[in-house]
Amino acid sequence: MATQNNHASTPLEYSTEEGRLKIFGFWVFLGAEIVLFATLFATYLTYQHATAGGPTPQDLFVVKDFMIETLLLLASSFTCGLAIYEMRRGNQKALLLWYIVTLLLGAGFLYFEIHEFFMYVTEEGATMQTSAFLSSFFVLLGTHGAHVTLGIFWIILLLIQLQKRGITPVTSRKLFVAGLYWHFLDVVWIFIYTLVYLMGVAG
Amino acid sequence: MNLFEFKMPEHFIIWNDPLIKGAWVSIILATLGIVFVLTYFKKWKWLWDEWLTTVDHKKIGIMYIIASLLMLFRGGADALLMRTQLAFPDMKFLNAQHYNEIFTTHGTLMILFMAMPFIIGMMNIAIPLQLGTRDVAFPYLNAMSFWLFFFGAMLFNISFVIGGSPDAGWTSYTPLAGSEYDPGPGQNYYLLALQIAGIGTLMTGVNFLVTIVKMRAPGMTLMRMPMFAWSTLITSVIIIFAFPVLTVALALMTFDRLFGTHFFTISGDGSPMMWANLFWVWGHPEVYIVILPAFGIFSEIISTFARKRLFGYNAMVYSMVAISALSFIVWLHHFFTMGNTPAINSFFSVSTMAIAIPTGVKLFNWLFTLYKGRIELKAPMLWAMGFIPTFLIGGVTGVMLALAPADYQYHNSYFLVSHFHYVLIGGTVFGMLAGMYYWWPKMFGHMLDERMGKWAFWLFTIGFNVCFFPQYPLGLMGMTRRMYTYPEGLGWDGLNLLSTIGAFMMGVGFLIIAYSIYWSARYGERDTTGDPWNGRTLEWATTSPAPVYNFAHIPKVEGQDAFWLMKQKRKKGKKEKTPELKRIHMPKDSGRPFVFSFFWFVAGFGFVFEWHLIGFAGLLGVLACMLLRSFEYDDHYYIEVDEIKRTEAAAGRL
Repeated sequence: MATQNNHASTPLEYSTEEGRLKIFGFWVFLGAEIVLFATLFATYLTYQHATAGGPTPQDLFVVKDFMIETLLLLASSFTCGLAIYEMRRGNQKALLLWYIVTLLLGAGFLYFEIHEFFMYVTEEGATMQTSAFLSSFFVLLGTHGAHVTLGIFWIILLLIQLQKRGITPVTSRKLFVAGLYWHFLDVVWIFIYTLVYLMGVAG
Repeated sequence: MNLFEFKMPEHFIIWNDPLIKGAWVSIILATLGIVFVLTYFKKWKWLWDEWLTTVDHKKIGIMYIIASLLMLFRGGADALLMRTQLAFPDMKFLNAQHYNEIFTTHGTLMILFMAMPFIIGMMNIAIPLQLGTRDVAFPYLNAMSFWLFFFGAMLFNISFVIGGSPDAGWTSYTPLAGSEYDPGPGQNYYLLALQIAGIGTLMTGVNFLVTIVKMRAPGMTLMRMPMFAWSTLITSVIIIFAFPVLTVALALMTFDRLFGTHFFTISGDGSPMMWANLFWVWGHPEVYIVILPAFGIFSEIISTFARKRLFGYNAMVYSMVAISALSFIVWLHHFFTMGNTPAINSFFSVSTMAIAIPTGVKLFNWLFTLYKGRIELKAPMLWAMGFIPTFLIGGVTGVMLALAPADYQYHNSYFLVSHFHYVLIGGTVFGMLAGMYYWWPKMFGHMLDERMGKWAFWLFTIGFNVCFFPQYPLGLMGMTRRMYTYPEGLGWDGLNLLSTIGAFMMGVGFLIIAYSIYWSARYGERDTTGDPWNGRTLEWATTSPAPVYNFAHIPKVEGQDAFWLMKQKRKKGKKEKTPELKRIHMPKDSGRPFVFSFFWFVAGFGFVFEWHLIGFAGLLGVLACMLLRSFEYDDHYYIEVDEIKRTEAAAGRL
C-alpha cells in the first residue's frame, strides 16, 4: 500500500493536497485548543486558594494516584508514537496493535481519573458546588478527561476504517491527525500534573 | 440536576405585551407565507438542493449576507423602540424590564448575529475568488460554520416569544447575570446561542487561515495578496486566539447557572470580576475582528475607485499586524472603574492609546491613495468616503476614553455609547454596506441601483450623525447608558429628540436599501462583463456570478493587483496562452451540516429550559452526525471538460 507514494521522502499522509490541507488545518485547530486550555488554567490558578472553607489541594491530592494517571497517559503517548512509526513503515498490523495499546492505556488513565473524582465526591464531599477552587478543578480536568474520552471513541472509529481500507492516504492522514490530538492531550496533562497536582501538594 | 425533570418556567409562551403579541402574529404570518410560497411554486426541493445542502462558498456567502440583513432589521427595530422610549422625558412606551430586554438583544444581535455573519459572508463571497482558487480549504466545514451560526441566531431570536429574552446586557456582567438575580431562561438563551454560533465562528477562522496560507494562486506571494485577503488572514488569527476564551467564559457561566458551580458568584469564593475579565479578553479582540475586514474592504474600494494602487501597501499590512497584537493587551480598559491599581490602569491606558498609531497610519494611507487619484463616487465609494470622517470621530473619542482618570467621568455614559456606535457603524456597518454594493454584481450578476444607493447613503449617514452626535454631549451632561427613562428639566430633552429623529432617518435609509435589493433584482443593470467597476483583483477576472468552479484555468499572478496587470498586458496586445482545460475536482453537497447544526439547536433549547434529557439527546445527535461523517469517503466528484466548455461558452468566454 505504501508504494502508492511517489516521493519516498514524503510520508503517505502528506502525499495528497487534501491530506496536507487537513493536517495543517488540524494544527491550527490545536492552536485554538491551546487557548481553550490556557483559559481554563488561568481560571484554575486564579481560584486555587479560593476554597471557601472546603477541602484544599493538600487535603485532596494523593501523590500515588496522580502519578499512576500520569505514567499511564505518558506511556500512551509513547505507544501512539510507535503506532505512527509503524504506519510510516506500512506495517498495518503493528499500527493497529500499538493504537490498541494506546487506547487501553488511555482507558486505564480514565479509570483512575474517574475513580479519583469519585473518591473526592464520596469520601471528602468535594463537589463542583463546594468552592470556586473545586469548580475550576473539576472543569479543567473534566475538559481534559472529556477530550481523552472523545479521542478513544474517535480512534476506535478510525481503526475500524483502517481494517476495512488498509493504509491509504486518507486513513493514514486520519490516524496521523488523531495521533497529533493524542500527543496534545498528553502535553496538556503535563501542565495539569505540574500546575495542579505538584503545585497543589507543595501548597 | 435531574435528567428526567421537565419543569415549566412560569411563562413559557410570552403573551403579555402588545408589542410581543404583534411579533407573534407577524412570525406566524411570515412562516405561513414562506411555507405557502415554497409549496405553491414547488420550491422545497430547490431550497434543499440549491441552498440547504450547498458547500459552495459563494452560496454560503449569500446566505450569510441575507441572514445578517434580516438581523440588521431586527436589531434596528430594537434600536428604534429604544429611541422612541427615549424621545421625550418620562415616556411610558416601554417599561423598565422590556427596555432591559431590548438593549440586551439589540447589542448581542448587532455584534454576533449581524456584524459577524456580514463579515464572514463577505469573506466567503470574495476570498476564494480574490486568491484565484476554487473554494475554501474545507467546504464541508464551511457549511457547518454557516448552519451553526444560523441555528445559534434562531435560538437567540425565539427567546422573546418563548421563555423570555435575556435582559442583563450584551456584556452579561455577573452577578446581575447570575441565577440569583436573573433566574429566568432568558440568560440561558444568551449563553447557549452564543456558544453554538461561536463554535461556527471558530471553524470559519481555521478554514480561512488555511485557505489563505495554503491555497493562493501560483505567483501570489503573501505580499501580493489583495488587502481584503490580508485583513481576513489577520482576522482569522484573532478569531482562533480569541473565540476559545468566549467558549470557556460562556461554558463557565452556564455551569454556574445550570449546575451550581462558583466561578462568578461571591459565595463559594468565586469572583464576579472574573467574568468581566474573560468576557473582554475575548470581547476586545472581537472589536478588531469586526473592524479589520471592513478596513480591508475600504482598501479595495478606495484603490479601485481612485484608479490607483493602494498607497503604502506594506505599512497597511504591518499596521494590521500591530493592531492584532495590541488587541489582546487592552481588554481592561472596559472596566477601569472596577478598582484596579493605578499601575494596571496605566498599562492598559497606554496600550489602548497605542492602537491609535497603526490606525492613524492606515487612515493616512487611504488619504494618500485618494491624492491625485481619478475618483469616481459610485455607491461603494460613497460609503468608503463616509467612513473616513465618521471613523475618525469615533477613534478620537476612543482615545479620550482610554485616558483612565478621565474615564471615571464618562464611563458607561452616552459618551461611550456614541463612541462605539461611531466606530461600529461608521467602521463595520459602512464597510459591510460598501462591500455589499461592491460585490453585489459578483454575487448575483446585476448591479444595485445607483440612484437609490446614493439616497440611502445620504439618509443613513446624515441620520447617523444626527442620531449619535448629540449623544456625546448627552453623555458629558451625565446621561448614563441603559437608563430607560429620564425626568424633565435636565437639559437633555432637545438632544434626545434630535437623536431619535436621526435614528428614524437611518431606518428610512435601510428601507431604501432593502427596496433597492428587490428593485435591482427585477430591473437593475445586468453585469455581463464580470468586471463592472474596472477592478484590480482576481474576483473580477471571472464571470458575474462566478461559475461553480470559479475559474476554468487557475490564474497566474505576476504582482499586486493581479487582474489590473493582466488587463494592462492585454491592452499592449500580448496574447496569453490558454492551457488545456482539465477536469475539476469538487466537493459534494451534503445535508449533514444542516442536520448537525439542527441537533445543536435542539441541545441548546433543551439546556435553556434545563430539560437535560432533551439537551443530551441533541448532543447525541451531534455525535451521530460526526460519526457518519467519519465513515464518509465518497465526498467529491469531478466536473468533466465537456461541461466546463459548455459553461464557459454560455458565458461567452470560449
